[in-house]
Amino acid sequence: MMRQRAAQSRFLVFLVRLVTEKPLGAVGGAITLLMLLTGVFADVLAPYGMNDLHMAHTLEPPSAAFLLGTDNLGRDMLSRVIHGARISMIVGLGGAAVSVSIGTVVGMVSGYIGRTFDLILQRFVDTVMSLPLLPIMLTIADLAGPGMLTLILSLGVLTGVAGSRNMRGIILSYKENVYIQAAVAVGCPFRKVLTRHLLPNVMPFIITGYAVVLPGVIISEAALSFLGFGVPPPAPSWGGMLSGPGRDNMFLAPWMAIWPGLALSVAVYGISMFGDAVRDLLDPRLKGGVGSFRMMSDRKAATVRDTQDG
Amino acid sequence: MGAYAIRRLVLAIPTLALTTIVIFLLIRLMPGDIVDAIVIELAAEGGGGADAVEDSRALIERELGLDVPIFTQYARWLGIAPRADGEVQGILQGHLGLSLRSRKRVVELIAPRLPVTIQLSLMSLAITYAVAVPIGIYAAVRQDTLGDYATRSFAILWLAVPAFWVATMVMVFPALWWGWSPPIFLIPFREDPLGNIGMFLLPAFIMGLASSGGTMRSTRTWMLEVLRQDYIRTAWSKGLGERAVLVRHAFKNTLIPIVTALGIQLPLLIGGAVIVESIFQLPGMGQLLLSAILQRDYTVVSALLLISSIAVVLANVAADLAYGVVDPRIRYR
Repeated sequence: MMRQRAAQSRFLVFLVRLVTEKPLGAVGGAITLLMLLTGVFADVLAPYGMNDLHMAHTLEPPSAAFLLGTDNLGRDMLSRVIHGARISMIVGLGGAAVSVSIGTVVGMVSGYIGRTFDLILQRFVDTVMSLPLLPIMLTIADLAGPGMLTLILSLGVLTGVAGSRNMRGIILSYKENVYIQAAVAVGCPFRKVLTRHLLPNVMPFIITGYAVVLPGVIISEAALSFLGFGVPPPAPSWGGMLSGPGRDNMFLAPWMAIWPGLALSVAVYGISMFGDAVRDLLDPRLKGGVGSFRMMSDRKAATVRDTQDG
Repeated sequence: MGAYAIRRLVLAIPTLALTTIVIFLLIRLMPGDIVDAIVIELAAEGGGGADAVEDSRALIERELGLDVPIFTQYARWLGIAPRADGEVQGILQGHLGLSLRSRKRVVELIAPRLPVTIQLSLMSLAITYAVAVPIGIYAAVRQDTLGDYATRSFAILWLAVPAFWVATMVMVFPALWWGWSPPIFLIPFREDPLGNIGMFLLPAFIMGLASSGGTMRSTRTWMLEVLRQDYIRTAWSKGLGERAVLVRHAFKNTLIPIVTALGIQLPLLIGGAVIVESIFQLPGMGQLLLSAILQRDYTVVSALLLISSIAVVLANVAADLAYGVVDPRIRYR
């Protein structure tokens, strides 16, 4: 009960700081929330079914009945764009979850054990980092069969292994802390040191890592669907709607190509801004002691915050 | 520096070896029904008779070497074990195999396409730096002003707006409004240099702007740190003007993020080339990769994956070594 209340008040403090210190991040947060709700309640929000054919109304420009127009099969663009949010969110949230989990486990184990194990494991990480993501994803999607699960797993694994380098670096500095040495000295087993002592301390990095990797996964899904190797039609993926019929009819019905791309851009912009703000607020390197921007003049504080941007 | 360079190159060898294994396994571990599907597709092109089926199965088994154990397959592909016909011909000898579709040597398919992709990448890199570095420096020097906010929002905007959407919009609206559309056939540089560069300008601009956001942010971050250094304060206090301080003392230090970015940019450029070349119908390696995957021409696919991965590994080694040249303060152990 106590712990729950503490968590609640911490969350409130975070929200207040987000709105007061990072107004642009708060706007991004609102966009992120909007996208999530659109994804969850797509069935309720969409005026028509995403695959309902209105054969008398093909390629119609935006009108009162079809606010964003219709496509070549007479499907309502608004309903399809709304349902597209669901696909983007499922692949984005799922892929980012796989990515961060793998990045955390690989990075923690490699950084904590160190020595030869680390040297060898890091060569595997080097290898994955040297593979060009898009061509490899195209090959995997072709061999494993395209679909949301393929996307979530393969995007998650590839970006996760590459992202583990960052977590390894963080662990390398955290494992030198006295409380870790104390835990080892009292005979705390390996797994417990990682889960009880290191994991809670690197939690802020995991949360910010999630927020930072999320927009990248969403863009990758859209790019792959655009090339025809993502979520197969008739599912209304924003990227997929820009290719195929969307492309063939783009001169006759430009709205078929405008709305999905606009929705995608707004979603990624909002989530990126929100992710940046979350990182600035949660990154422990910016809290307490000399590095705290509360202890510095505004101008200097801005400099420190910005140095973390890159 | 010499010892560091050698160590860095030696560490790249296991990475390269693992890369060949990953690409080999990715292609060879495909399900058997895909092999059958390729055989049938190939045979259909060759007339569809029993002979054609035999012929295409023989080609695939020879090129992919599916009839021997997997270690032998890998050794043959790499070029450290003799093939069935007794010849040692693998990637180490520069032999990339025969295309399953056209039955031409893969090298011959790639060679004419390489200059297209290289020209596109170089032009888009030039645009990235021409846009990102001055804006990044400006945003750092005028930190927390309206100009800073405007340019930073612009950078994040370019990170968010997907290049394939911009490219699609660029195809649609000029065509609707002015009846203009990009040329479909490649204009060779030797015949019409200006036309050739003009043709690449639009796709390179879209690719270049797409990656300028990240480079701009890292330039700005780096410049903010540089501006707080003691030698900048010294330059100010001895009465130098803003121009001299920025150009002579601060600018040189932005070379570091530029070099780092080169290593990061390459995989993005390769991915970007696939998308942009397919939209603008430029006959480069990206377009070849996409069509090879669509046609299940796996000898071509594995050759292209291999070439691009090796390029990335080497670019990263080069970037690491270049730090020492660019910044004499960096001392390697």
